Amino acid sequence: MNDWKMLTLVGQDQPGIVARITTALYEAGAQLGEASMMRLGGNFTIMLMVKSGQSIEELTQCLRPVVQDMNLTISFQSIEASLHQHEIPDSIITVYGADRPGIVAKTTTALLEAGYNITDLDSDVAGSEAEPIYIMQIEGIATQGMAAVEKAVEQIKADGVNVDLAPLDVMIG
Amino acid sequence: MAILDILKYPDEALKQVSEPVELFDEQLQNFLVDLEETMRAGPGGVGIAAPQVGYFKRIAIVDVSSKPKIKHNGCMILINPEIKTWEGMKIGREGCMSVPDYTGNVIRAEKITLQACNAQGEVIDYECTGYEARAVQHELDHLDGLLFLDRLVSRRTDLFKRKVYKK
Repeated sequence: MNDWKMLTLVGQDQPGIVARITTALYEAGAQLGEASMMRLGGNFTIMLMVKSGQSIEELTQCLRPVVQDMNLTISFQSIEASLHQHEIPDSIITVYGADRPGIVAKTTTALLEAGYNITDLDSDVAGSEAEPIYIMQIEGIATQGMAAVEKAVEQIKADGVNVDLAPLDVMIG
Repeated sequence: MAILDILKYPDEALKQVSEPVELFDEQLQNFLVDLEETMRAGPGGVGIAAPQVGYFKRIAIVDVSSKPKIKHNGCMILINPEIKTWEGMKIGREGCMSVPDYTGNVIRAEKITLQACNAQGEVIDYECTGYEARAVQHELDHLDGLLFLDRLVSRRTDLFKRKVYKK
């Protein structure tokens, strides 16, 4: 059992969430690991690795003043985790099209069947309210080779969305 | 022949500016053999700069010929190199033997011309594009104490491929 927890946080976006949350954790003696923080639909969201010998109850208690003051929702989960586990993606897939139900489900199912392991996914709804467009960028690893993924991409395209598969050739120097 | 130790950030020595090579002697030839061996032993193994092994002279080696389907100049021994021209810009993912376990996006010129001495001290002109140009720019940065961390751009800025905008 290690001491890593995953903190997830959601709240209406407002200045000071990151500074106040991380300061409270720092003052509680917790160590921070990898994080993903972003604004989604006017909310600010955090996924943050926190290492601490304190219990989830104790950590939650440390954050209570900030959480109440800023009207945030948080949750800690114990996780099996360690740092330095980065996998280098070998490709980027960009998908976009007129927004409609099923784009993500169909795309990712086709990719899964092609042995594609998603390491990072970002998506946005843009355009106008009347004519929304869906834009998604996926990074991942083609565990069964790129040819299988190319085939999956053709299958997704046939469904009427724009898909671009580009190899990601990381230069290590 | 020996595989040399790679300095790893936060070793501050990586941030120092390296000095030009003045003597193309046997000691240099021996160092180049070790430097190339060290490069080939590393993950990726397409480029290395002397300061990465704690030798603060303006020396880099780039060899991207192992990568399929790209233009390259073979194994380039770059001593006292100087980039003469830059053309185009492209975002690409980079990592570094001196910064293990991290990759990030960096903007580099797509096409460069450069001049450098070879192992014998003869001045050679090169033209590099794409992946090779990226590797050269990454290695030459080391000679000026710069890491790719100094040039990181957002992972989210390249949502649309540049080619979409160009047409």
